[in-house]
Amino acid sequence: MPNENGTAREITYREALREAMTLAMRNDDSVFLMGEDVGVYGGAFGVSRGMVEEFGEERVVDTPLSEAGFTGLGIGAALVGMKPIIEVQFSDFITHCMDQLVNQAAKLRYMFGGEAEVPFVLRTPGGAGTGAAAQHSQSLEAWFVHVPGLKVVMPSTPHDAKGLLLAALDDPNPVLFYEHKLLYNRKGDVPEEEYRVPIGEANVSREGEDVTIVSAGLVHHYALEAAESLADDGIEAEVLDLRTLSPMDHATVAGSVEKTGRLVVVEEDVKTAGWGAEVVSRIVEGESFYALDRAPARVAGADVPIPYNKNLEAHVRPSPEKVIEAVRSLVDERVGVYS
Amino acid sequence: MKKYENRLELLETMLRIRAFDEKVDELYAEGALHGTAHFYVGQEAVAVGVISALRDGDVITGTHRGHGHALAFGLDVKKMAAELLGKASGYCHGKGGSMHIADVSAGMLGANGIVAGSMGIVCGAAWAFKRRKEDRVAVCFFGDGAVQEGIFSESLNMAAVWSLPVVFVCENNQYAMSLSVERGFANSRISEKADGYGMPGVTVDGMELPEIMEVASEAVERARSGGGPSLIEANTYRYLGHSKSDANLYRTREEIKEWRESDPIGRFAARLEKSGDLEKGGLPEIEKKIYEEVEAAFQWAANEPEPEPGSALEDVYA
Repeated sequence: MPNENGTAREITYREALREAMTLAMRNDDSVFLMGEDVGVYGGAFGVSRGMVEEFGEERVVDTPLSEAGFTGLGIGAALVGMKPIIEVQFSDFITHCMDQLVNQAAKLRYMFGGEAEVPFVLRTPGGAGTGAAAQHSQSLEAWFVHVPGLKVVMPSTPHDAKGLLLAALDDPNPVLFYEHKLLYNRKGDVPEEEYRVPIGEANVSREGEDVTIVSAGLVHHYALEAAESLADDGIEAEVLDLRTLSPMDHATVAGSVEKTGRLVVVEEDVKTAGWGAEVVSRIVEGESFYALDRAPARVAGADVPIPYNKNLEAHVRPSPEKVIEAVRSLVDERVGVYS
Repeated sequence: MKKYENRLELLETMLRIRAFDEKVDELYAEGALHGTAHFYVGQEAVAVGVISALRDGDVITGTHRGHGHALAFGLDVKKMAAELLGKASGYCHGKGGSMHIADVSAGMLGANGIVAGSMGIVCGAAWAFKRRKEDRVAVCFFGDGAVQEGIFSESLNMAAVWSLPVVFVCENNQYAMSLSVERGFANSRISEKADGYGMPGVTVDGMELPEIMEVASEAVERARSGGGPSLIEANTYRYLGHSKSDANLYRTREEIKEWRESDPIGRFAARLEKSGDLEKGGLPEIEKKIYEEVEAAFQWAANEPEPEPGSALEDVYA
């Protein structure tokens, strides 16, 4: 597909991430990648495969199993002018890093009165669907949406993965970059050149008049699949890919909801206090509340840990079918019967 | 950062730290200060001794008990006083307060309100120096309580395995709030832990400035010349409570008195008198000068403007 920059070709999400890191490291000697098994192993999901061969062990750094320690190290390196990319092998392990992310990275600039910058990127794969059970499948990104001082991005396509990672590396603030294990092999058109996808801008990935579906990450594709099925029945869904969870692009969501009058949020994290609650709250506490002609709905993970068994796992996760069901309930003319 | 030109300046800096924290204690007693603070009184020799071994370009991280580190590093007394009073002209423009005083551009990477919170951060600064082939050193101050946190182990291991230019300085003041080292460790000789990480460790009398200067110079030199990190355990004591609200129920008056008898300022002043650096009986005059300087700084700060309310919403993001 040709684009504004010239050449694009189809590559995977994994390759797009690798390409962004490689371009950034070629251009800027202060960028480095650090994490568990990112060197010769190539990362647990192969994202950095081949990078140590190009950049050497000084810039693609295998760490001891010390998530808090090397997250802190990244923050300290950022304070003195480096641009770290810290990889946390599974996003569940981010629990080890909470002090460093919440009390340090997010706070240093503010509590030092604006006299410091922490240009720090932490990449980590979240999400379920791999049979890895409760400690390797969570979607904990909402925790960090709740922490001022952090930015949280969650790209769903190879194009956005590359563009958002390059934007995150330009950003003088700490950015948590959420990948998804089931997206790494997904292919899409990606320009060869450098480009940025601005942090904080949602994308309208499908236009429609009947209902707004807001999503991000892997489940954005579930929303798109659902929208295609619904179109067969004459329901035209507008699908938004938030791409950034914090700062949240409320204006784009509100604009779409004011057009359609109906809102469904599709998120993979558990429903209670998930980021979808924030999307809904901003709509119902604002002017766009009056544009709603149905109560908003959420399709989210069940409020349980992720189970191992394949059928059990599918039972608690969002799916295109669950999105279709939610939209159908919402557009049902009998007001109030949706669940 | 501050360059110590002579031995008298070392004494003056210890006095400045004491005068500053005694003033802060007094202001709390009067109800004139908001929030809380942790006092460095008694521990002055550690910060001054270690920091006097550094040079321009080196960096430090402090702790919640951090006024001493900042003053020893050469931060301005007036701007520190202004920060304690929450004023716009304070180091953090009134947003940080006692536990977050920093001057990042000068190399003071911040006091830290989280015990052991800066141990990974200091490794990052050192990692950057090594990667950029700069012969700079990073010093991490922390207390005995920090040794009980997980990131202590992670940080010492990373620093050792990558031979980072770090000096870990444990200010063992015998208590993590109310928990004595005897109750907190099966082996309370903290410097012995260094061996397990593959770095040199030494215990030093933290009330004796020249001894601290000697072990610090050695550790800083080792770090600067590529020899990797060291762990220094400085045995010291905080004379005042953990923070402003401490009733001292976990220790005896006798114990406090005993430690006060080996006071680092008194001991160093006696040495200077002996060596002729200080006139016999000259200490009170210097004390007076320093206490007046601190008093003047707080008076100046008291008249500084409050921050604009709207500034509370700024500086979340760069």
